Amino acid sequence: MNFEYAAAPESRSVVKIDPIYGHFINGKWVKGSAHFNSINPATEEVLSSIALGSSADVDAAVKAARNAFDKSWSKLSGRERGKYLFRIARIMQERAREFAVLETLDNGKPIRESRDVDVPLSAAHFFYHAGWADKLEYAGVETTTAPHGVVGQIIPWNFPLLMLAWKVAPALATGNTVVLKPAETTSLTALLFAQVCQQAGLPDGVVNIVTGDGTTGSAIVNHPGIDKIAFTGSTEVGKLIARAVSPTNKSLTLELGGKGANIVFGDAAIDETVEGIVNGIFFNQGHVCCAGSRLILQESIADEVLEKLKRRMDKIRVGDPLDKNTDLGAINSAEQLAKIRELTAAGEAEGAGRWSANCALPENGFWFAPTIFTGVTQAHRIAREEIFGPVLSILTFRTPAEAIEKANNTPFGLSAGIWSEKGSNILWATQQLRAGVIWANTFNKFDPASPFGGYKESGWGREGGRHGLSAYLKGSAK
Amino acid sequence: MSGRLEVMKTYKLYINGAFPRTESGRSYEITSNKGEFLANACLASRKDLRDAVVAARSAQPGWAKATAFNRGQIMYRIAEMLEGRSDQFAQEISLQTGATAKESLQEVIDSVDLLVWYAGWSDKLPSLAGSTNPVSGPFYNFTVPEALGVVGAIAPIDKPLLGFVAAVAPILVSGNTAVTLASSSAPLSAISFAEVVATSDLPHGVLNILSGQQVELAPWFASHMDIDALDISGLPIDQHGAIKEAGVENLKRISSFTKRNEPGRILAFMEAKTVWHPIGN
Repeated sequence: MNFEYAAAPESRSVVKIDPIYGHFINGKWVKGSAHFNSINPATEEVLSSIALGSSADVDAAVKAARNAFDKSWSKLSGRERGKYLFRIARIMQERAREFAVLETLDNGKPIRESRDVDVPLSAAHFFYHAGWADKLEYAGVETTTAPHGVVGQIIPWNFPLLMLAWKVAPALATGNTVVLKPAETTSLTALLFAQVCQQAGLPDGVVNIVTGDGTTGSAIVNHPGIDKIAFTGSTEVGKLIARAVSPTNKSLTLELGGKGANIVFGDAAIDETVEGIVNGIFFNQGHVCCAGSRLILQESIADEVLEKLKRRMDKIRVGDPLDKNTDLGAINSAEQLAKIRELTAAGEAEGAGRWSANCALPENGFWFAPTIFTGVTQAHRIAREEIFGPVLSILTFRTPAEAIEKANNTPFGLSAGIWSEKGSNILWATQQLRAGVIWANTFNKFDPASPFGGYKESGWGREGGRHGLSAYLKGSAK
Repeated sequence: MSGRLEVMKTYKLYINGAFPRTESGRSYEITSNKGEFLANACLASRKDLRDAVVAARSAQPGWAKATAFNRGQIMYRIAEMLEGRSDQFAQEISLQTGATAKESLQEVIDSVDLLVWYAGWSDKLPSLAGSTNPVSGPFYNFTVPEALGVVGAIAPIDKPLLGFVAAVAPILVSGNTAVTLASSSAPLSAISFAEVVATSDLPHGVLNILSGQQVELAPWFASHMDIDALDISGLPIDQHGAIKEAGVENLKRISSFTKRNEPGRILAFMEAKTVWHPIGN
């Protein structure tokens, strides 16, 4: 049976993109000294010219943040601080459609996801943390209520607005001021967020946004006026930052890469599991640090799952991210597409069996068809390295102990999935898995009340929930 | 009394429940604060550290799997064994540091009490540090703290027993196993503490104790890829930066503490795990 859908594109008339942007420093727009283009990855159309932050720009932002911390923000009561966060949450809800369309244009993710996941979760994050601002003394076993001061935050391109919310909301709730750098390819929703701060009447300098690339990020990491760094991105860059911060007194939290195991036991409900596998690896084009990128199938049901998975994958609609029917959007950049191609080529060269969904890909822009590899061994690069794309590596197991051993055989430890209908088996596997977030009979669920973060080389600290707050309070235990 | 020669103790390492000499064959002289010879302690090598990590890694799943009640009982048993040998430990502290008999006995008493304090946390801290999380959807969602794995500890130079106990107890109580370096200049208390541990039903390999030089071994603790976390409270502050940098390769969790009794010392070596499951029928 072939389902035909008429195109149902979301109108982009709700967004207004300026041809050129500056930095948002001390509540004002500051002209950049150099610029680079931000493109729509689905069409390669140039969307805007983004300022490339210099160390002088970062310095100005840090000074503004310090001044705001000393003069206004740290003098406010938690209750008043919280009210600003509530205002921000409300304005984000009011402008939700604008944010969703802009995110999809800039990032390439399907409008269905930016509209239903990224934007509502971002607003929810501010709403959740707003309520913490005047309750910090109840936040943990041994928490203080003292903020660090000025926090430098560097976020990735896969969930641009949501990662901003994960960083900015707890920082403000705890009384810190912020210098934030969005990812090079996805600055636009952060710049729209700056307008939200203005509308909310947030005191000047409490949130500063400096756009740029790795050099701008490095200027933030190495700035002596910053008290704490929070970074989400690759493990490679995370380690560079950790080395740079080691000799200093800066506090550091890291949300890094993953190679999540998604384990399917023989007693799993197969149809639900297949939906979960698809959501686990193809959500957001697989640009997800906690993606279920290693499927570990019990041999008894492996053939059945594979057959149903392939049938389901052929129904994934790849194409225009603004189309409300689209399941899988564009790869975020040419650079990322090249990385996915390199690793999938390595998968074939190392002997794994490649199968891709039968779908037409648009001519312009960056695209990759949903792909699986069977016959993957633990030694293959596609089983060890984070691909960060719509590519699933499939391994099999016979005994539960073997499943756990394979799942844990990675330097990462961010997420894992368990599919089984037996409660005791789920809880047993949950205890054995070395990962910070375990999804049992579900996958890729997020909530501001739920702590998120990794074991081992997937990072330091948690974001969200009560546990995420301590990272923004001085000298606090978890 | 004439002519009875004292039978002196050979101080060795404590690895996997046994008391081996260092594989390096090296020793170094431990003297009293007045310069009198006390013992030849093992000058542990990088290889000894590796052996200790292997022992700690293989003991870790079993120790973490023991019930919190059982771990608390064993920690309390360690306190019992130490209490019974208070005089011996006090004397040994005085010999090494020159502390008065009264001061040394106080250090032993404080160590016993600290062990009892940490023992009691085993089945309580997870209920304070964990949470059920009210997510917006039909899911049951909870967070539990879990032991990290293998934790290294560089014990402080001073307070050779109390400093050591303060490093070890919070690591072990949650289900971690430990690889430790005793006070470099006064390691005898930590080595004698191994005798207490060996009679306390602590499974072999859960606590491993090395004696040697901080300057030689601390960098190997930091760069060892199978040590998950490190307590560097015993290292001079000016060395913390370099040790932290050396620990980045496996993103080791590195902490230092000023207080001996705080639940934060336990939590620093635990990891929060969050679990989601749908609610429905």
